[in-house]
Amino acid sequence: MPAPIRLRELIRTIRTARTQAEEREMIQKECAAIRSSFREEDNTYRCRNVAKLLYMHMLGYPAHFGQLECLKLIASQKFTDKRIGYLGAMLLLDERQDVHLLMTNCIKNDLNHSTQYVQGLALCTLGCMGSSEMCRDLAGEVEKLLKTSNSYLRKKAALCAVHVIRKVPELMEMFLPATKNLLNEKNHGVLHTSVVLLTEMCERSPDMLAHFRKNEKLVPQLVRILKNLIMSGYSPEHDVSGISDPFLQVRILRLLRILGRNDDDSSEAMNDILAQVATNTETSKNVGNAILYETVLTIMDIKSESGLRVLAINILGRFLLNNDKNIRYVALTSLLKTVQTDHNAVQRHRSTIVDCLKDLDVSIKRRAMELSFALVNGNNVRGMMKELLYFLDSCEPEFKADCASGIFLAAEKYAPSKRWHIDTIMRVLTTAGSYVRDDAVPNLIQLITNSVEMHAYTVQRLYKAILGDYSQQPLVQVASWCIGEYGDLLVSGQCEEEEPIQVTEDEVLDILESVLISNMSASVTRGYALTAIMKLSTRFTCTVNRIKKVVSIYGSSIDVELQQRAVEYNALFKKYDHMRPALLERMPVMEKVTTNGPAEIVQTNGETETAVLETKPPPSGLQPANQANDLLDLLGGSDITPVIPTAPPSKPASGGELLDLLGDLNLTGIPSITAYNKNGLKIEFTFERSNTNPSVTVITIQASNSTELDMTDFVFQAAVPKTFQLQLLSPSSSVIPAFNSGTITQVIKVLNPQKQQLRMRIKLTYNHKGSAMQDLAEVNNFPPQSWQ
Amino acid sequence: MLFFFPLLPIQQMQFMLLFSRQGKLRLQKWYVPLSDKEKKKITRELVQTVLARKPKMCSFLEWRDLKIVYKRYASLYFCCAIEDQDNELITLEIIHRYVELLDKYFGSVCELDIIFNFEKAYFILDEFLLGGEVQETSKKNVLKAIEQADLLQESQNEDWGGLSEDIL
Repeated sequence: MPAPIRLRELIRTIRTARTQAEEREMIQKECAAIRSSFREEDNTYRCRNVAKLLYMHMLGYPAHFGQLECLKLIASQKFTDKRIGYLGAMLLLDERQDVHLLMTNCIKNDLNHSTQYVQGLALCTLGCMGSSEMCRDLAGEVEKLLKTSNSYLRKKAALCAVHVIRKVPELMEMFLPATKNLLNEKNHGVLHTSVVLLTEMCERSPDMLAHFRKNEKLVPQLVRILKNLIMSGYSPEHDVSGISDPFLQVRILRLLRILGRNDDDSSEAMNDILAQVATNTETSKNVGNAILYETVLTIMDIKSESGLRVLAINILGRFLLNNDKNIRYVALTSLLKTVQTDHNAVQRHRSTIVDCLKDLDVSIKRRAMELSFALVNGNNVRGMMKELLYFLDSCEPEFKADCASGIFLAAEKYAPSKRWHIDTIMRVLTTAGSYVRDDAVPNLIQLITNSVEMHAYTVQRLYKAILGDYSQQPLVQVASWCIGEYGDLLVSGQCEEEEPIQVTEDEVLDILESVLISNMSASVTRGYALTAIMKLSTRFTCTVNRIKKVVSIYGSSIDVELQQRAVEYNALFKKYDHMRPALLERMPVMEKVTTNGPAEIVQTNGETETAVLETKPPPSGLQPANQANDLLDLLGGSDITPVIPTAPPSKPASGGELLDLLGDLNLTGIPSITAYNKNGLKIEFTFERSNTNPSVTVITIQASNSTELDMTDFVFQAAVPKTFQLQLLSPSSSVIPAFNSGTITQVIKVLNPQKQQLRMRIKLTYNHKGSAMQDLAEVNNFPPQSWQ
Repeated sequence: MLFFFPLLPIQQMQFMLLFSRQGKLRLQKWYVPLSDKEKKKITRELVQTVLARKPKMCSFLEWRDLKIVYKRYASLYFCCAIEDQDNELITLEIIHRYVELLDKYFGSVCELDIIFNFEKAYFILDEFLLGGEVQETSKKNVLKAIEQADLLQESQNEDWGGLSEDIL
């Protein structure tokens, strides 16, 4: 039997293969040869065959049939066999294979071998891939070797122990005695691995940590060793670019970090050495910066004095200016970690950080962006937003969504003015409109709604934005919604903030219809557009027929959502036309939504879902909202002027209690009043005050009917003076049964922050005895307790 | 009975890969137990990701929940996966030290050396790192150990009669 082909020969041959198929053929041939060689139990060349198998394995071919052969090699007496055998075991076997346990005995023997290089092989293999069972079985041997005076073995045993502890944490205690004098070693290898072992123990167990702090006085020892490293002269064996054993320095610094964390005494004991390392380390090469980096991490994590912390942040600041992008990267990462705790110190480096937004490297850009957002505050918001908007414009697509969200958040928190806020939102929507997250749309709609004095400006800008391009869905959704709400302002040219544009009703409908038809429009967007068109039927005067036509067309749309809406809107036109104006009225100021948490949205009617949080627009069946300006148009206007929300949108408290119908109500006896009593229709008001918000009054109205016929399609509307806010919840029904046999109840919440005398105008519409009835009245008899 | 910190992240190197500019694997050292299939998948994806990086980019990237530190030396990429807490800059030094060791051992190392002598590349790595941690910080000591082990191997081969040339 000729000797099997040599390893290097095989490699050479395989590399001549010109195609994948040719290579595969060669491999298969060789594998067959190797298999038969294995079958023949050839001891001489087993290592050669396994070595070849390992090469083929690296190329991606299966080699599991060599697993047992590795075990045989390990058991051999020849060093070459063991070397290849252990290598094979590490490559082909892992703890998932049952076979691997067969290694245990061999390893045990080899750990006690007379030759240190064999012992080394065993330790290495165990420390690399030992399973929990193996570790349990062999921990004792490792512990023994940890106490040997042979530094070659001691250092390996230390790292092997680390692996054992990671696999079987309960075994940690047995290694404790052996750690006693580890740091007294001169040998750097042992020192390094000992520090790693101590680090592992301290990180895993608070008991160990306390023990090493107090009993072993580890900190002074480490400080001493570190000091020697820094102060000692040139040591060729351990020198790296003028620094003595940087690997050891870094590990010591890390262990110091763990010891100093949350411990004043330890932190104090290491203060000086940290300052020394921080100031004396050579920074021209990566190796020095690696040490500085570790030092900074340690300073920031322990209880260091403020001077030291500032020193650390300044090091990071210098890192930011380093030509080496790797250094800039770690600086940004670290600053991100410390920006919360050392905000002011990091602020000083803001301009450098902002410059990093222009870096070419994606990872650096991302960190710079995150850090920039963390640094935005009330003072720098204008400048920072300018930079971030520019970044949004020019950055890669993978950033745009996060950047947009970040800008919205920051703008919400720190907007210096409403106009600026709206402008910023507009900028984001037009720049990165398709990357904006879905949840931004309802948030923005709410923001716009609450910025009442900006409505005309906002709708004008949004209109202009989608005129050219209606492909960016979030932008189009917000724009559609606004146009639907404030289209009347648009065509009447009421804008104060900028030059009003001339737009006709038809032009507005044109753009909305284009959105409806466009292939680019998502189903949700179409829904927005359709509802907007419908709303305009009460805001526009000349184009109602056109709107009717559009709506009726979509009554047979394939899209079920659109179809349903269109059908309902059609019904509004046909059967419920008298309700249409009321249903489609202006949305009132909404509850402030916290952008992260679940919404506490107040809609004007309880029956709708919390629409603002979903991407669907407010559903069609709106009950009488109470934007007083529209109501007052119907009432014929007078000294009662439209309600303007007195609370700025960022204050959640004001409306919060309005939601809470049952909680916190003061049910002391406030006398109820009869607000209206005519033609058999009587309306009574009962009052409740909120305990938590003295500006809130909750009025429950009860409508009763003393005539002999029912009153149907009953709608109650109310208007209040300028300084009040009013919210009408859904009525219990729309039919008041005859003979006082039942009532309609409805709840009104009034916000009266200026504690002015409550006045109210009400409007009632209903059908009775076959004819439509309507009446207006003023309610002036509110008891003082209801508003004082 | 010791009390343990819950769910502590293990700080260690998870694996080291060496691959060529064509994406051919030249060395793979795994310090965490994974199936062959998983290893292949990780290797394939990571190699693709690293090869797609432009020269101007920094040596670090986030990949899955790991930090990847890589550096190119001539035609070979050296790629390490470390945990979140680890110091990337010192990992670069670790990679550099390994390259220096290979260079010293092979005498001006090139990719071909590592292709034809892959088992030696592993042996050297196993004298430098153990379980993903540095075991010897002295270049001299690592090379001395390898030298001695090689000598031991040769002397044994002679003992076993007539196979004084490379047994492999």
